[in-house]
Amino acid sequence: MKDSTSPGRRWTPAIVTRIERRTPSVISLFLLVEIPGSLAGQHVDIRLTAPDGYQAQRSYSIASAPGSDELELIVERLDDGEVSPYVHEFVQPGDTIDIRGPIGGHFIWEATFEQPVLLVAAGSGAAPLISILRHRLESKSGSPMLLLYSARTWDDVICRDELLDIAKLDSALQIMLTLTRLQSTRPADFNRRIDSGLVEETLQRWGHIPARTYVCGSNDFVDPATTALIANGIPAPSIRTERYG
Amino acid sequence: MVSRGFFGRRLAPEIAERIPPGQYLERGFPVLTAGPTMHVPPEQWTFTLKNGPRPIKSWNWDEFNTLPITTMTRDIHCVTKWSKLDTEWEGVLVDDILADAGFEPSTEYTLARSFDGYDTNVPWDDLTGGKSMVALRYDGDEIEAKHGGPARLFVPHLYFWKSAKWITSLQFTSRDEPGFWENRGYHMYGDPWQEERYAGD
Repeated sequence: MKDSTSPGRRWTPAIVTRIERRTPSVISLFLLVEIPGSLAGQHVDIRLTAPDGYQAQRSYSIASAPGSDELELIVERLDDGEVSPYVHEFVQPGDTIDIRGPIGGHFIWEATFEQPVLLVAAGSGAAPLISILRHRLESKSGSPMLLLYSARTWDDVICRDELLDIAKLDSALQIMLTLTRLQSTRPADFNRRIDSGLVEETLQRWGHIPARTYVCGSNDFVDPATTALIANGIPAPSIRTERYG
Repeated sequence: MVSRGFFGRRLAPEIAERIPPGQYLERGFPVLTAGPTMHVPPEQWTFTLKNGPRPIKSWNWDEFNTLPITTMTRDIHCVTKWSKLDTEWEGVLVDDILADAGFEPSTEYTLARSFDGYDTNVPWDDLTGGKSMVALRYDGDEIEAKHGGPARLFVPHLYFWKSAKWITSLQFTSRDEPGFWENRGYHMYGDPWQEERYAGD
């Protein structure tokens, strides 16, 4: 535990190998970097430096599975942001970005945890949960897991096809989407914000009681989502949250 | 190493000098918590000063509110990189809590503990001399639950994870014991101006 949660202390240059558009507002940045191995759910800090020495730092969740050759970071464009518009518009393959990490010893899942797990995400908050699902696949974990993922539209679901393909091959994994702007093409999906009734129906369909729940997204999402979970009898201490401000 | 094409967003010098290294100016008030927001009704809130496992004195909400109230207006710095300037908090200085308890500490270390089981270590020197309080109000109003209300620790010169939300006790410990985040890779002390974010910084 100690080693894997102590972040790499030094800033390390990472080379951008490719950039993939995930949704209209989200890209994946693939990086070649030598940092200590990550755990599923962790994040890294990135640092940008201007010609006069001015620097800006931000944290981004790791979406790649632990042990991947390349580190995948999910970056949502925030129009009024200082860093994400730059990453979206200027960063190209071959560029170098300073990285430090991995960081975080709480919002993590390891394949040795075999009890049922509920993952709840909105928007780019899916990033650390995608890492968990990829780690689950690679480690051949058969533990019951459900991803409840809220996005605006079908095309705003990050890594949608990959996630749905993983779930097709894995009978212990279920994915439920809830789309807040446009109807899903999958009849079983929901079409509203996550509330207590939606959580109740989700848990009934799933048929498991989560031993641990991970919730990630903006605080405006995480607060009502955790309230809905607690209203359905999920104990507060079993809920781990990661909030984007 | 310069990031090609990056110039960044500059602040006026008088603002920039108040932002510690690696931080950015935030005008909103983001919420960062490891678990769900706790909702502690004031009538169920209690605060206990402890020496090791032994309680020295406990106060309920009404009793605590009769202690001297002090206002602190300070800049705050979250380890997730945002800083917020000129935040105004009212509460009871830890000095005044100690005076009311009539206790003389014999160790240099404390652990602040929250209703949700969260804890964090703060050296005693960093709590006394007007440096910290148990805050009861923010910006002229009661503290919202998501920001740690009804009462949170307020130690603004350290990263804000040290300012434990939903505080319920302050315990003197014989050693410097790591708390929740300090056990999970974060720095034992957490001085924003030294950028002490993670273990080893």
